[in-house]
Amino acid sequence: MSTMIKTAAIAGAFTAALAAQATTVSAAEQVKCFGVSLAGENDCKAGAGTTCAGTSKVDYQGNAWSLVDEGNCTAMELPAMDDGTAREGALEELDRDLPA
Amino acid sequence: MSDQTTFSAALLDADKPVPPGLGDGRGGPAGRRFDFYRNNVVSSLIDALEVGFPAVQKLIGPTNFRAIMGVFLRQHPPQEPMIAVYGAMLPGFLAQFPPLAHLGYLPDVARLEQALRESYHAADCTPLDPAILQNLPPETLLSARITLTPALRIIRSRWPVHAIWAYNLQDGAPKPSGVPQDVIVTRPAYDPQMAVAGPGGAAFTTSLASGAPVGAAHDAALAEAPGFDLPAILGVLISGQALHHLNSGDAQ
Amino acid sequence: MLDDTARPSALHGALPHGIGVGYKAQHYSDLMANAAPVEWLEIHAENYMGDGGRPLAQLRALSERFAISVHGVGLSIGGEGPLDSDHLDRLRHLVNWLNPASFSEHLAWSTHDGAYLNDLLPLPYTPATLARVSDHIDALQEAIGRPMLLENPSSYLAFEASTMSETDFLAEVAARTGCGLLLDVNNVFISAHNLGLDARSYIDAFPVQHIGELHLGGHDEDAGTHGAPLLIDSHGREVAGPVWALLDYTLARSGPRPLLIEWDADVPDWPILQAEAARAAAALARVPA
Repeated sequence: MSTMIKTAAIAGAFTAALAAQATTVSAAEQVKCFGVSLAGENDCKAGAGTTCAGTSKVDYQGNAWSLVDEGNCTAMELPAMDDGTAREGALEELDRDLPA
Repeated sequence: MSDQTTFSAALLDADKPVPPGLGDGRGGPAGRRFDFYRNNVVSSLIDALEVGFPAVQKLIGPTNFRAIMGVFLRQHPPQEPMIAVYGAMLPGFLAQFPPLAHLGYLPDVARLEQALRESYHAADCTPLDPAILQNLPPETLLSARITLTPALRIIRSRWPVHAIWAYNLQDGAPKPSGVPQDVIVTRPAYDPQMAVAGPGGAAFTTSLASGAPVGAAHDAALAEAPGFDLPAILGVLISGQALHHLNSGDAQ
Repeated sequence: MLDDTARPSALHGALPHGIGVGYKAQHYSDLMANAAPVEWLEIHAENYMGDGGRPLAQLRALSERFAISVHGVGLSIGGEGPLDSDHLDRLRHLVNWLNPASFSEHLAWSTHDGAYLNDLLPLPYTPATLARVSDHIDALQEAIGRPMLLENPSSYLAFEASTMSETDFLAEVAARTGCGLLLDVNNVFISAHNLGLDARSYIDAFPVQHIGELHLGGHDEDAGTHGAPLLIDSHGREVAGPVWALLDYTLARSGPRPLLIEWDADVPDWPILQAEAARAAAALARVPA
């Protein structure tokens, strides 16, 4: 691409992007999220009492942990992703499902 | 060992005995009173992580989340007292935690959630006046450098990380498809928002953020993605008020 | 961003001897519209240490309307190690920007060997602790350029090593450092119950002339303990009846002081917290000036 053509293309893109601002750019893909709830907070309350998380033994060792069958990951059936080459647009969905 | 070394070690390890020299104030032993502090420390940190990483929690479920965060906080307790941003080490931890190895996308979901929190607390910044862009001669544009606002975050992923986030936290969001997504987090006012970057969009933004001129950033994006859509990523950055200052080519 | 142009315009010299509440973001609009009888707000310092965004913008707007008391929860004044100099810098930055009417921290530790444990952990009352706490308060007061208030803890266990009462310890810290004291009446009630002490005797022994703020909050009984249950400083409900009575007893000794309600867990809608504030205002109004 010649510099002149490239210059024109980029300038045109800026013009188009600026012109589009008043209308549609973000409507579908942009997601406003939680606001104040994004902030976890420090406080000076005391919480949990004498029975619960802190006193249970942490028995994770290597692979000995087993997950409880819960959570959306067990139902999501996300198609496996190709790694690396996917970004170039050659993505194809594979047969196997992740996660199991 | 100092008293507080013994005390803090026993706080985080329920197998350790109650530290010596503690009582109930009436001449009796402290007993379960020490558990009160153990629970406060562990529960309050897990609670903070629940608030910060709701999509991760939805994905693995609340029981797994609390148990796994109990492992995480013992390996990576906060290094500074601001709870609002505790969890920067979580993506790396999730990537290395063998029982979660089959959930390859989980670290990227955590990175996205941490990016939202960081963006929320980032410095305020005046966005670039669109008139400055409009009035710039085209031949100057290629060599211009554009600094980006501090609230901008770029999440590159080989998973449909935005779709996974949305599927878990938004009513009616569709199941993710198999298309990788890079996400641009911007903060037009006080609420962070996300947009999928599109092909080459993250490369372009990363290049701009590193100080490259517009022309070089464009080249970098095209090299990565021949289908690079410049107007689309510009739309994301402009509407997200992520452009801060334009330095036209003179200062190279 | 914390720059000089953003500095709040209303500078408050000291807290009014009226009612404050612990600020919760969900009450922002209510406070701006209908705060009475609330005259001042407490904020937790560590929640305003980001570089910008809504938290600081809200704080800036609130500070133009209310006197602000900055309450630190993370400095670890009782820690065995040196104070975190980065955190001292953050506190200095916040105090310089906001110029609050009051700054307070806790008689406790929360950081050890670089790890922040997110709880107010207890201390033995010994000459060594006294020296360390006093040194740390000196350093903090130097950093923020003003005296601080030190708050009495809520206690769940006692140290065999302690050689001083808590009230003597606090009086000695105030004498050595020139700091003021923050007396949390609910904490006194909780500690007395949990350790078998008499709450009124504690108030009798307290150096009331140093009190810069009085605090109230709700507490819970621990369901997990058998026999006499522990009281827990949950800040999750209305102030208990006996604590209101202990407040009256305290005010009779101290005279009117800035009086705060803290409600941090299961935070209610504004009218409920406002009703607590009104009850506190009535208690304060009964005290001869």
